[in-house]
Amino acid sequence: MNIRKTAILAAATSAIAMGAAVGAAHADTIKMAFIDPLSGPMGPSGEAAYTSFQLAAEHINANGGVNGDMIEVTGYDNKVDPKESLVQLQKAIDDGARFIFQGNGSSVAAAIIEAVNKHNARNPGEEVLFFNYAAVTPAFTNEMCSFWHFRFDAHADMKMAAITDWIKSHDEIKKVYLIGQDYVFGQAVAAAAEAQLTEKRPDIEIVGNELHPLAKVTDFTPYIQKIISSGADAVITGNWGADMQLLMKAAAESGSEIPYLTFYGGSKGAVSALAEGGVNRLYQVSEGITNIEASPEQNALIEEYKQRFPDYDYYYHRAFMAMNMFDAAAEAAGSVEPIAVAKAMEGLTIEGAYGPFTMRADDHQVQQNLYISTVADGVTYPVDNTTFGWTLVDQGTIEAAAAEQPTTCEMERPE
Amino acid sequence: MSDATTTYDLAPSTGAKFRQRTLPILIFAAILLAIPMVGPSRTMYTLMHQMGINIVFALSYNMILGKGGLLSFGHAVYFGLGGYLCMHALNWIEDGVGLWGSFPVFFLPIVGFVGGAAAAAIIGWPSCRRAGTTFAMISLGIAELVYAGSYMFDSLFGGEQGVSGDRMNGPEMFGLSLGPISDVYWFIAFWTVVGIALMYGFTRTPLGKLSEAQRDNSQRVQFIGYNPQTVRYFVFVFAGGFAGVAGGMAAVNYEIFTPINLSLAPSGFVLIMAYVGGITYFVGPIFGAILLTYMQSMMSDFTEAWLLYLGVLFIAIVMFAPRGIAGIVFGIWHGVTGPNPSAYLAKLMMQLGGILLMLLGLIVLVEVSVRWSNGYGHVYEPFGIHLGHTDVLTWIIVLVASVAGVALTRYANRPEEASQ
Amino acid sequence: METIVFALLNGVIYGLLLFMLSSGLTLIFSMMGVLNFAHASFYMLGAYFAYTIMGATSFWIALFLAPVLVGLVGAVVERYGLRRVHANGHVAELLFTFGLAYLIEEIVKIIWGKTSVDYRIPDLLNFPAFTVYGASFPAYRMFMLFVAISMLVGLWLLLKKTRAGLIIQAALSHPNMVGHLGHNVPLIFMTVFGIGCALAGLAGVIAGNIFVTDPAMAIQMGPIVFVVVVVGGIGSLEGAFLASLLIGLLQNFAVGINASFADIFGFLGLTEAMEVGQINISSLGPMLPFLLLVLILIFRPRGLMGEKEL
Repeated sequence: MNIRKTAILAAATSAIAMGAAVGAAHADTIKMAFIDPLSGPMGPSGEAAYTSFQLAAEHINANGGVNGDMIEVTGYDNKVDPKESLVQLQKAIDDGARFIFQGNGSSVAAAIIEAVNKHNARNPGEEVLFFNYAAVTPAFTNEMCSFWHFRFDAHADMKMAAITDWIKSHDEIKKVYLIGQDYVFGQAVAAAAEAQLTEKRPDIEIVGNELHPLAKVTDFTPYIQKIISSGADAVITGNWGADMQLLMKAAAESGSEIPYLTFYGGSKGAVSALAEGGVNRLYQVSEGITNIEASPEQNALIEEYKQRFPDYDYYYHRAFMAMNMFDAAAEAAGSVEPIAVAKAMEGLTIEGAYGPFTMRADDHQVQQNLYISTVADGVTYPVDNTTFGWTLVDQGTIEAAAAEQPTTCEMERPE
Repeated sequence: MSDATTTYDLAPSTGAKFRQRTLPILIFAAILLAIPMVGPSRTMYTLMHQMGINIVFALSYNMILGKGGLLSFGHAVYFGLGGYLCMHALNWIEDGVGLWGSFPVFFLPIVGFVGGAAAAAIIGWPSCRRAGTTFAMISLGIAELVYAGSYMFDSLFGGEQGVSGDRMNGPEMFGLSLGPISDVYWFIAFWTVVGIALMYGFTRTPLGKLSEAQRDNSQRVQFIGYNPQTVRYFVFVFAGGFAGVAGGMAAVNYEIFTPINLSLAPSGFVLIMAYVGGITYFVGPIFGAILLTYMQSMMSDFTEAWLLYLGVLFIAIVMFAPRGIAGIVFGIWHGVTGPNPSAYLAKLMMQLGGILLMLLGLIVLVEVSVRWSNGYGHVYEPFGIHLGHTDVLTWIIVLVASVAGVALTRYANRPEEASQ
Repeated sequence: METIVFALLNGVIYGLLLFMLSSGLTLIFSMMGVLNFAHASFYMLGAYFAYTIMGATSFWIALFLAPVLVGLVGAVVERYGLRRVHANGHVAELLFTFGLAYLIEEIVKIIWGKTSVDYRIPDLLNFPAFTVYGASFPAYRMFMLFVAISMLVGLWLLLKKTRAGLIIQAALSHPNMVGHLGHNVPLIFMTVFGIGCALAGLAGVIAGNIFVTDPAMAIQMGPIVFVVVVVGGIGSLEGAFLASLLIGLLQNFAVGINASFADIFGFLGLTEAMEVGQINISSLGPMLPFLLLVLILIFRPRGLMGEKEL
């Protein structure tokens, strides 16, 4: 796929967009760059988000664009390599992009934050903004926070707050087992879980705190057997990718009948790998799931997405929210200059299908409702082309205020 | 080779020496000096910087593969460790630790050399005791160990996020603040030329000659009183050092190093760069680095199947042109300057035509399949021709082009096969 | 106690799976001197073929048909690829298989997509066989054990008790002599390469559904298989068998140990406060094979039971 061409093609082939494009023939284009893996082993996760951003841009364009200007999202393949990302970032800036989307991998996000900070300091008048839609290391909106960075996903501590809130309301959970990948992110998740559980449920015993090597374990059965013999009532994990799928497969196989509370259970492939094994076993925390009641427009969007991109499911709700928030901020500022947009975005609230979406001004961290869901059969919107999908669990709605976390950010703002 | 047997004075004349050894480097340096005058875009700069780094990296790899005959699957370890030391040095410069405050960032690749060479000196001691497959396997094991271990020591490797720094500190050299990208260009250009010159110089030293000798026949090296194990060890240390220089260049250019830089992926990539370029020529890895860096950064814009094309290119080189791009280039040069240039050119054109036809078939097949595989309903439309996976025209092009290409290449190579 | 039981059970099964994968590579390596980098890619192909065949027919047909198909692909690769490269030496052969691994992965992505496919355990075997210490033990794992042991016995009978096996064994050590006796050595090479790939394919068929069948499965398994072959020693199936079990048990026992370096080396003054002290034995599990590889190569380059050095 010619990525650049496809972006334009996708916009052009959509009949609605075509009509709008003709109507606004003299409008400028707002160039946005999507820097994430589009090939290689991580390619699918990048593509699922890329398609979401494309569709979101098409919808905004079809509704008259941003101040009459059309959005064009171009994909740049970074192969999840921080160094390659900087090359692609440079290319994106040279191609005229002033707004950068990225999400896969905190190492990449950290590199882009640093690079954007340096670029904006070294090239005044050519500022760019970084919209982070999935890299959840808490530091990005705390000690590392930057005026140029906006995060549209709840960070690890917030997701953990949602999970521990849910555990708090379930008295039958007495013993919790923590398992994660042995690197900064996995360690941060474990630390957050420990701290928050001690605070919210001091009676809970943490019966295991296991870190396994990243993407190296082929058989998780031994780990599961350790979990079973520890007598845990629930497991918390931040695992993603194959580590997530293999862990859950081994759990289903060994008959570990306890909830596995995950950050990334909703990522592609996990449900199809488990099928009925996921029911009441696999839980995820996310900013919205397709099977909760929403407006007809939202349901139409979910269906349109599935129809256009049959390989993927509507998962990146935040991609649509991020795009809408950009639209709202640019309209409010009456400009698409990055600094003006950034200032308009601070403190802005927009309504979304699954609750309000507020960009906290202090640290540029989005505040939104979080939902705990589990796998169920026969739902309205199944995923992974199975009959299984996500359904909200009892007391699974965590209001934005409950998940909110304090920040240590001391932001330096340009004049 | 055949020329050498006809002359009895084997030593090249001073003029020939200058023409063959010094002149290419001077021309290369002159090109590098001229490039900024055409006002390249920032993207061009970024790409050239990456090429410069990869040139030094691939050449350092070829010191052990091409010249030393040691196949390594873990060369990125030395690139990465050298680079990491430079990242820490950058931060020491910023904080003014000890004497570091007065160390110019411009000379950071020297630190990289020390780091890479030190790592190679430690790791090389056990692994260079053997050559061949044993060496390759040890390098693979060590690469896996270092990579996995790097996630365990966050204070040294910074975990997944790596270590980052700011190059705009310390004393300025040659009036370069290293802030703007055009300043960095001079830094990269300087060290690329220095790296090439030094590594070329290394091949002329007795150690460099011995390294080739032990590759070809390690017993004979022993007979003349040298220990091939020690020779390998020293070559390995120097190769690690130059990989560290590339690491230092990367540290200044990207201002970040992460454990991924130590993994098997960059080790495999440098192997492909060197081999595709041609390991039997000194300049081979330079060609390979330029081509593959371009492919890596630019081709992914045009096609998502670029890894597939890379695989096909690599296999084609291994199977049909084991001397790499450099071998092809020099082959053409010898053919054109040879006794019968017109016959050679005719044959070359036929081969080229055949290859282009096969390539056409391959590209259409791959692009159509990729779109079919994605299932978004996109259709491959080169030059406005509609090529869907159900169109007869698609399969006609694929079949006719491939068959005609194979036939033409075989026909072009026919006399050669007959004479064998 | 339960730690030991679990580690033994899992270790043996994982070890036998590793042996299925590495036995083919050992044969190929000892006979042709080619360390086939793409070996794990044939393992992946086995899983994908089985997935497709299972979709059309049933798992039991896939169990037989998929390895045969993988073997045929292997034979074609040997005949039209490797044999051509052979003249350019071992490094060229190694690099050819290295590139082949890249290529197979990309082709798999085009045909079956970039994400994992839904390759399931057959319903007939989808029940817990027995329960130990609260953890159920799936029947499918017992089936894996059975397949692996049958394969082991079958291979042993083929090599030691049949005429074809004798010729293969002879060709392992003295290919020229075998050629002089009038046997078609290239054909033997092609057959052995095909059989080796088929064995890897069989491993893919039975492991792909218990693990994840995705384009990354080859990269994940590849290096471990090398370790087994090298640690076991050239030309020694017994060595490969021993090494497979050793690595399988080693990894599984490491997972079961809940201790950090600080706990073990505390007498040396190591504490949790130091980074080295925080390293957990269980997190070292997947690194151990590589440590073993490096140590074996340095101190005993012919491997556990090999007849000659690499």
